[in-house]
Amino acid sequence: MNGMAHVIDPTGEPAGLAIARAPVLRGRVDSVTELIGDTPLVRLRQIERDCPGVELWAKCEFANPGGSVKDRAALRIIQDALARGDLPPGVRLIDSTSGNTGIAYSMVGAALDVPITLVMPENVSNARKQITRAYGSEIIFSDPMEGSDGAIVHARRLVDARPDRYYYPNQYANDSNWLAHYHGTAPEIWAQTGGRVTHFVAGVGTSGTIMGTSRRLHELGAVHCAGLQPDDAMHGLEGLKHVPSSLVPPIYDGAVVDETLWMPTEEGWDMAERLAHQEALFVGHSAGANVAGALRLGKRLVAEGKPGVVVTVLCDRGDRYFLPLRWEKHYVW
Amino acid sequence: MATVRIPTPLRKYTQGKEEVSVTGSSVRELLANLESAHPGIKERICDEAGAVRRFVNVYVADEDIRFLDNLDTAVKDGDEVSIVPAIAGGR
Repeated sequence: MNGMAHVIDPTGEPAGLAIARAPVLRGRVDSVTELIGDTPLVRLRQIERDCPGVELWAKCEFANPGGSVKDRAALRIIQDALARGDLPPGVRLIDSTSGNTGIAYSMVGAALDVPITLVMPENVSNARKQITRAYGSEIIFSDPMEGSDGAIVHARRLVDARPDRYYYPNQYANDSNWLAHYHGTAPEIWAQTGGRVTHFVAGVGTSGTIMGTSRRLHELGAVHCAGLQPDDAMHGLEGLKHVPSSLVPPIYDGAVVDETLWMPTEEGWDMAERLAHQEALFVGHSAGANVAGALRLGKRLVAEGKPGVVVTVLCDRGDRYFLPLRWEKHYVW
Repeated sequence: MATVRIPTPLRKYTQGKEEVSVTGSSVRELLANLESAHPGIKERICDEAGAVRRFVNVYVADEDIRFLDNLDTAVKDGDEVSIVPAIAGGR
């Protein structure tokens, strides 16, 4: 020995280097698809003040690489279709979507080399169209007056005309949709709350999130699961469905949820604003509606003199819904 | 007479009709007359204060009335007026 102090490290590397490397390895993945899921759970400390004694938590689904909760379903749908052989070379995946699913399909499709065609009502925001095009997807527009149901009908018509060209996964009827949440969102919530979750609430769009998460949470413990829907057919909660006046998604089963919360557009929009101001969470209107629903459950628990751990979902970020500027008045929604 | 295009969620008030003919020289008058002919429909379009709901867009000849004179926007004979929810619904 020459008298200098040596740190003995079993890996043969200086201890300092080994420590520095650990987080780098943890954050390294082979594909963007590996960044989908395992989203953070954030506590809503400011909103929670309205229901003292009850905890409100939200899954940050905007942290998915495509920016929304729909990444989970899109990945599972495409993985399962590839595994079944439903997407051979030359066949395009086609689906009807007003935005987030389209972005998610486009991202996963680009990552896994699956060509994507999207049918959307012409009145979805321009930003949505540009994002999906950026990934190389083809977009076909349906009548804005017919809404999302019109897009579904239009997509079916295209598939019927060219069944050899398209694979239609139909997210509204595809079990992979809710299974993504059964195997992902639900166990994550269970682990992140240490099994303390007592209530779960999520809006009904395709119903994948609420169906899959509720089914698994019911198996894991006594969790009260609430589905949330717009209170009227004419509403402004993008992504959510007023089931009584819509084509009912085949994967939706009313018996899976313990109750339905009916949400006015204004209550959801106001909560979205409040989340940005008070929690620094700038999220979309459906996320606002979800938190408004969670707060309703929280207040009800307070009125009943019960504690609780209420979990909901922040579906996406608010910057996906920027309104047009005055000089952009010839926009198409 | 203007032609008013009715979105799917409001067609229950118009016996399923996609378009109805309504008189009125302004959007305000037109909505009042629409309500007389199809009771219940205006409440879905306007809030308690009578303003167009935040999530509803009304177009006169393809121009959003928010960029014109709102409810005072003039409506001419033969104009097409569209009532469109700001969103499409479904994910």
